[in-house]
Amino acid sequence: MGNPKAFLTVPRQEAGHRPIYERICDFSEVEQFLNEGERRLQASRCMDCGVPFCHWACPLGNKAPEWQDAIYHGEWELAFKLLTATNDFPEFTGRVCPALCEKSCVLNHCIDAPVTIREDECSVIEKAFAEGYIKPRQYARNGKKVAVIGAGPAGLSAATRLNCQGYEVTVFDKMGKPGGLVRYGIPNFKLDKYIINRRVDHMTQEGINFICGTEIDLEKLPEGYDAYVIATGTPQARNLDIPGRDLKGIHFALEMLSQQNRILEGETFSPEETVSAKGRKVLVIGGGDTGSDCIGTCHRQESLDVTQIEIMPQPPEGHNPATAWPYWPQVLRTSTSHEEGCTRRWSLASNKFLDDGKGNVCGVEVECVEWVPSPDGGRPRMEKTGEKEVIECDMVLLAMGFLKPEHPAFGPNVFLCGDAKSGASLVVRAIASGRQAAIEVDSYLNRK
Amino acid sequence: MRQDNQGLYSREYEHDACGIGMLINLKGDKSHSLVDNALTVLENMKHRGAEAADNKSGDGAGILLQIPHEFILLQGIPVPERLKYGTGLVFLPKDTELAAGYMDIIRQETEKAGLNLFHIREVPVDSNVLGAASKKTEPKIVQIFITGAQEVSKFETQLYLLRKHIERRISDRDFYIVSLSNRVIVYKGMVTSNQLREYYPDLGSPFFTSALAMVHSRFSTNTFPTWSLAQPFRMLAHNGEINTIRSNRSWMEARESVLSSPALGDVKDFSPIIQPDMSDSASFDNALEFFVRSGMSLPHAMAMMVPESFNEKNPISQSLKDFYEYHSILMEPWDGPAAMLFTDGRYAGGMLDRNGLRPSRYLVTEDGLMLIASETGCLKIDPQIVRTKGSLQPGKIMLVDTETGEIIADEDIKKSLSEGQDYGKWLSEGRTELAKLRSGRKADYEVEDYARKLRGFDFTREDIQKVILPMCSNAQEPISSMGNDTQLAVLSDRPQLLFNYFRQQFAQVTNPPIDPIREELVMSLTEYIGAVGMNILTPDSSHCKMVRLPQPIITNTELDTLCNIRYKGFNTEKLPMLFDPSKGEKGLSDALESLCQQAERSVDKGINYIILTDRGLDADHAAIPSLLAVSAIHHYLVSIKKRVQTALIVESGEIREVMHAALLLGYGASGVNPYMAFAVIKDQVEKGALQMDEVTARHNYIKAMDKGLLKILSKMGISTIRSYRGAKIFEAIGLSSELLSKYFGTASSTIEGIGLGTIAKDAIRLHSQAFKEEGSDILPMVGQYAFRKDGILHAWTPEAIATLQIATREGSYSKFKEFTSLVDSRKEPLFLRDFFTFKQNPIPLEEVEPEESIVKRFVGGAMSFGALSEEAHETIALALNKLGSRSNTGEGGEDEARFKGAKDGVSLNSKVKQVASGRFGVTTEYLVNAEEIQIKVAQGAKPGEGGQLPGYKVNGIIARTRHSIPGISLISPPPHHDIYSIEDLAQLIFDLKNVNPKAKISVKLVAESGVGTIAAGVAKAKADLIIISGAEGGTGASPVSSIRYAGISPEIGLAETQQTLIMNNLRGSVELQTDGQLKTGKDIVSMALLGAGEFGFGTAQLIVLGCVLMRKCHSNNCPMGVATQDPELRKRFRGKADYLVNYYTFLAREVREYLAQMGFRKFEDIIGRSDLIEIDGSKLSEKTSGLDFGKLLHRVEGGAAIRKQRDQKHNIFNVLDRELIAATKYAVDSRQPISLTYDIVNTNRTVGAMLSGHITEEYGAQGLPDGTLNITFKGSAGQSFGSFLAKGVEFRLEGEANDYMGKGLSGGIISVYPPARSVFKASENAIAGNTILYGATSGKVFICGKAGERFAVRNSGANAVVEGTSDHCCEYMTGGRVVVLGKTGRNFAAGMSGGLAYVWDKDHDFDYYCNMDMIELSLIEEKARRDELKALIEEHYQRTGSKLAAEMLADWSRYQEEFIQVTPIEYKKVLQEEAMRKIQEKIDNVQRDY
Repeated sequence: MGNPKAFLTVPRQEAGHRPIYERICDFSEVEQFLNEGERRLQASRCMDCGVPFCHWACPLGNKAPEWQDAIYHGEWELAFKLLTATNDFPEFTGRVCPALCEKSCVLNHCIDAPVTIREDECSVIEKAFAEGYIKPRQYARNGKKVAVIGAGPAGLSAATRLNCQGYEVTVFDKMGKPGGLVRYGIPNFKLDKYIINRRVDHMTQEGINFICGTEIDLEKLPEGYDAYVIATGTPQARNLDIPGRDLKGIHFALEMLSQQNRILEGETFSPEETVSAKGRKVLVIGGGDTGSDCIGTCHRQESLDVTQIEIMPQPPEGHNPATAWPYWPQVLRTSTSHEEGCTRRWSLASNKFLDDGKGNVCGVEVECVEWVPSPDGGRPRMEKTGEKEVIECDMVLLAMGFLKPEHPAFGPNVFLCGDAKSGASLVVRAIASGRQAAIEVDSYLNRK
Repeated sequence: MRQDNQGLYSREYEHDACGIGMLINLKGDKSHSLVDNALTVLENMKHRGAEAADNKSGDGAGILLQIPHEFILLQGIPVPERLKYGTGLVFLPKDTELAAGYMDIIRQETEKAGLNLFHIREVPVDSNVLGAASKKTEPKIVQIFITGAQEVSKFETQLYLLRKHIERRISDRDFYIVSLSNRVIVYKGMVTSNQLREYYPDLGSPFFTSALAMVHSRFSTNTFPTWSLAQPFRMLAHNGEINTIRSNRSWMEARESVLSSPALGDVKDFSPIIQPDMSDSASFDNALEFFVRSGMSLPHAMAMMVPESFNEKNPISQSLKDFYEYHSILMEPWDGPAAMLFTDGRYAGGMLDRNGLRPSRYLVTEDGLMLIASETGCLKIDPQIVRTKGSLQPGKIMLVDTETGEIIADEDIKKSLSEGQDYGKWLSEGRTELAKLRSGRKADYEVEDYARKLRGFDFTREDIQKVILPMCSNAQEPISSMGNDTQLAVLSDRPQLLFNYFRQQFAQVTNPPIDPIREELVMSLTEYIGAVGMNILTPDSSHCKMVRLPQPIITNTELDTLCNIRYKGFNTEKLPMLFDPSKGEKGLSDALESLCQQAERSVDKGINYIILTDRGLDADHAAIPSLLAVSAIHHYLVSIKKRVQTALIVESGEIREVMHAALLLGYGASGVNPYMAFAVIKDQVEKGALQMDEVTARHNYIKAMDKGLLKILSKMGISTIRSYRGAKIFEAIGLSSELLSKYFGTASSTIEGIGLGTIAKDAIRLHSQAFKEEGSDILPMVGQYAFRKDGILHAWTPEAIATLQIATREGSYSKFKEFTSLVDSRKEPLFLRDFFTFKQNPIPLEEVEPEESIVKRFVGGAMSFGALSEEAHETIALALNKLGSRSNTGEGGEDEARFKGAKDGVSLNSKVKQVASGRFGVTTEYLVNAEEIQIKVAQGAKPGEGGQLPGYKVNGIIARTRHSIPGISLISPPPHHDIYSIEDLAQLIFDLKNVNPKAKISVKLVAESGVGTIAAGVAKAKADLIIISGAEGGTGASPVSSIRYAGISPEIGLAETQQTLIMNNLRGSVELQTDGQLKTGKDIVSMALLGAGEFGFGTAQLIVLGCVLMRKCHSNNCPMGVATQDPELRKRFRGKADYLVNYYTFLAREVREYLAQMGFRKFEDIIGRSDLIEIDGSKLSEKTSGLDFGKLLHRVEGGAAIRKQRDQKHNIFNVLDRELIAATKYAVDSRQPISLTYDIVNTNRTVGAMLSGHITEEYGAQGLPDGTLNITFKGSAGQSFGSFLAKGVEFRLEGEANDYMGKGLSGGIISVYPPARSVFKASENAIAGNTILYGATSGKVFICGKAGERFAVRNSGANAVVEGTSDHCCEYMTGGRVVVLGKTGRNFAAGMSGGLAYVWDKDHDFDYYCNMDMIELSLIEEKARRDELKALIEEHYQRTGSKLAAEMLADWSRYQEEFIQVTPIEYKKVLQEEAMRKIQEKIDNVQRDY
């Protein structure tokens, strides 16, 4: 640990975001960077805890204290090596991870100002690319082949690990380019797609084959591989099956998000296909990250107005004793998209979509709900209050999560990972799951 | 009959200590009155001995006398004239047939020796006086008479050889030759001091005369009757303990092959020199006798065996230093606290160990009587006839020639010894100093294939970053905090370095650890290597052909030099510590065998030192663990008696930490070369991770290793590396007895464990890690010092911490059960108790005793205010007081406002008041406010070590509670300076019990093998409660190696203690408490079944209050405000007493549930029921399958109590203070002055303490008005005179005082002066003992005469005037004034951080005697200081009538110039700040006037 007193003398400093008036005019990344000196100062705040809760909370087990110390000492290459020993894609998690580590940071516990672990992570990997620490390596081949189905973060990390261990890896994806939801779900203003291309290029140079634009039938896996990793994610979004669902102007969030990202990549769509919020009053149903991404996208598409509703009650601000440190706090979170402007409402259930008479949606009837705590300590029960109202809108985006997929029975040489295995979750969990799958594949093939 | 080893109890751990005395008639006049007086001396030291649980059987007493020729003739035995016959008592078995057989052997051997067994006398005894235990083992005692000597001068030698031959033939513990000599005879037995006279009616006969008598009364840590271990032995009476005994014994054995001498002939004919299976003192006596019989003079042998310290800090002549250095080549010191009296019948004398750790006082009367004894005043002597008085000095000998009546002073003895040969010349010609050798050769610090070898030797990034780098940059071992909660090496499935299985042992109670920093003058790391010739008893220059190593860590350059000094006549050979990994275990065992044989061949070839190396590690060769190789060779060479002819040097890549080097040295190596660590340093310097040059970095690293080694050896009370080498002061946890006995020379194993197979497997795994796998270029961080998910397992996981905090905060029992299940149902066992399950026999929960009563068994761990924040410390007290249990002050005292203070009606007073070595804040008031007074002998995280609270942490309130000054560093010495031995502990317990008779006295020990035996001694010393702390316990700051490697699991320590106490029938009178990473109900029940009745919590308690185990306590940076004094951080403290109340209540609830499942209604019914424990076999892995819990779970049969059933009988009912209290009742109640006079004798101990406790309870710390109680005593005061004396009490002692006078003085005034009629010059004679004013906080002491060692040690506020002191005066002093009107001993002001001393430096040599590390010397320049000094001397004169003071005052202007002022540097700063503050105040006031 570099400076034992830094946590007392150096305040937390976030890199911050570009000003709203500027950023809503483009799709470039919102977040800024600190200069190196400031970054090292931030890293010095890490106390190198005897029990590093950040490391424990991280699904990847990132050893933040170790590389924070290296950053503080300006040993960027060491920091890079330490970081990438547990995390294959810090450039993804460094941008989009909700940073469970920071919530568990002891400094979050005692002064609500955790070490800027996520940003520090991002700066390490960016430094590594900039300084050329990352060089494609060629690994001795062990003669075995593995197919990875799905090129999202889980599939990519499994592929990376297996490749390092000498397997010949082919990654299949139904979409045109690798990246999965990171490419087609997360808006560019959070993660520029150049970041993914850079990583995929690197992987290709290290000998991983990518076959994109090919849908693989999971019942009939391609032949010629010793093992398979299924990382197909959760393609099925959760629907809201209430009256009026067939009206025009009601979309799944991903329809919009993915299309926007593809447009930015240069793809074009006919006006009929286009899902655009331009000039519309938008209602986003679902209060999670996807909903938030929709809001930011709507702003950039020049919507008239955005409202976001959530069926659960508003979480407390600041601290929530029910989800105490070091666990993930259920508290009110305000994303950069929220900052850009949006009406947020809670405890509203949607009863029906309203027709403008032309088959277009013109509003949603919502009803206030109450959540009654369950006497046995289980999930609270929802009760409708009868208090109804109509929210006017001419576009509805459904951002209510994804359904856990079902899979056919697989042979012993097939391994699931990522969202496909455990349902929709964080990028960091997908990467962790991909790494775990690689270990399983390796031990399976070695056992054989 | 001696107790056999059973369960975890092992005989080898027994200790004893005692009182000793000797009377000599200098004119050689034999008289019975001398015998009678000697027995009186013995009787007056009864309190230094001990009794068994039956309060009647003694631990042993005895007397050595000149043979009473007339008495023998009167018995009708027609012996020839004096000296022409030999006689002695013999203990025989009661079995007559057996006895007859042994007598036959005696007869045969006598005849074989050409002598004649002339008569056998049945010695009359009165068995009725014996206690039951002694009686059961009482031998038949006969006296044999042997005649037939051709030459009287050789007779003694013949008798010696005869005795050795007989001993060799009879190995029966019931057979023992007490003595056999033509000059002296010993009477001894398992009796108390008072019984000796009655048991042997011979001693009462008026015709039984002698001009010399030596007596001894024993305090043993056990109660097993062992008649033969009573002292005196044949030449010696010893008070103390030989810490290095294991190494001394084994080196004596190894040395036997070269010890033949013309006087005794071939040693083989009568070996072993050391009789096996005896006490340390007995072994010493054996060796001493051997050397004397070989022709060495008695003082010569003593000086060789117990050399004084002769490094540059000691004022002795060069020729004497040469004498010691020459002999140090031949023999390692027998080191440890020792007051020894010895005689060969003609010469008689006494000496102390190099550190003077035992008291010995002497006096000589005008009529030619000399008395030396542990205490003064043990024989009433008219003060008018006393010619001189004094105390023996550290390392010094006092000798009397009884034939000429001459007293030979130490200087004369040493002078004649040092001039015996031209040692200086021999040394300068023969001895080569490594440090001075220069060669043109260039040594390389780089290591080929570095990265692989790092992995091959299992280096981790933590080793480098957290151990090696800090050592390089700070030149000392890194510090950490909190406890060690990692998995035991034997339970871990990671490959382990063999070092990891070992734990350091340490001194507690029976001998003191040493302070290697402040008492550096007695320490030495010097080692000699090279061959020893044959017949070393024949003085010869050739024995000096040695290389001197200034310290045992050898650089590559030095190693290279050592390998290439053939031209100086030193041959060396490198033996590879490697084996073929493809051959597995067989490969390893073959390699070891061949190493041993190669080593033997090397010895035969005359190789001076063997270098064992693993440099050759490569793809085909795996490294043999260096410790295994060294130990195997060492023991093999010892067994074939070829060990002393060569030395072992280890060149190993494994070594990185202090512990590694310590182990290698402790198992026989003379030097170690950690070449990988050096390569790491080089690499780190090159990388820029270390901003210093390589040589400095390496130098610092070595320095840190040296300091660490000194610390480890001083922890055991050992001063020199030479007596540490091969001393094996370690224990292994989890190694099988087969492995231990084959390679480590230890027969037994506590829990058994792995064998050579696992060691080979681990070595091979490490090898393939390096050479078979593609490793990352970054070494792993394995989580040794901080949790890592993929690393070493820790008991405190993040989930466990979080769940416990949430459960106790929310008050949710179900969440608490989640926590306990996280801890208890871990798949991998971390601790031994994790294998336990309990026998089930369910009963309804309602029938079990309620939570409220169970919770009272849980007590707060000792954590000082100073380590903890005020908030945390008070919260803990509040919580435990709410529960009706007890919190512990820790060693930092307690703010007196808390004694009576309360919050919401709950008292803030900690019920347990700790008394630790620093005695911080231990005032009378503090003690009377205790329900339990805890003597902290050791602490789990750093047993045997002291501590230091740096000045910057000592803020106003901490300074106030510790009775010190803000900004001044506070040092806790490693030992209690009033506990060097078990009888001292008994004395301290007695002291504390006197101050506060209502308080229970507890003694905190740390688990190690042998702790049970120590606990037995502690129980005999009348402790009410014994705490066995696990080594895993926490700390606010401790060297990392101590946290990891010192002490053992509480399970083993507790079980051993329980078993040993039951065997001694002592468990019934003491309660047992344990601590060390206890967390859950299962932990409690497990420990209860092993014997504990109370349970202490430290870490868990802090975690409940918000601690998140940062392990940063030592940095004052605790972010949770728990362990910090930073006001900003303290604001962050969020703990509440209710959280702790929840925790303890939940814990009790869970325990209650266990009781119901197990079928017990009362908690006490499961205490000690180890039979209810079952071992969960499913948790045993391939590696742990060899564990054997048999000894751990062993139940001692015999019907003795297995839990506390009765209270200790403290002998405080008829102390003198009861009279004082009665006599002063009116004066105290009415606060009116009173004057009284009493006679006092040395058996009146701790006079004044009970009275003071009584006054303080009534009036608090302010006591009575000055001069209220004026009490004059006449005679010799016993130990601890005037201890804890309260304000308003003034004691005048006309006579003399023993040790510990004025201990903890709390405002009272003591003056000591010689009786008016005495003729000796007061200022030249010692009239007060050792360790005076220890921990005094206020008050005054005036001594018209000299005092002993450690005068005013840890004084923090008392003023004293004395007319001379021995060594270590003003040690660790933090406040007050000390005036010395005379000579001081060595090491004045060591560790002195506050207060002032004024010393009359008449000879202008005071600076030499001063330890200048923390102080500066000056003339007295300020007027205020001069006035202060004069006032003190004036008061000294008024109170004692000192002639010297009068003389000085009469010519004050001259004398004041001869005083030197001793000012601690820190204190000077404080004084200056104070002065500045006053000036500022003045300026402010002046301005206001305008």
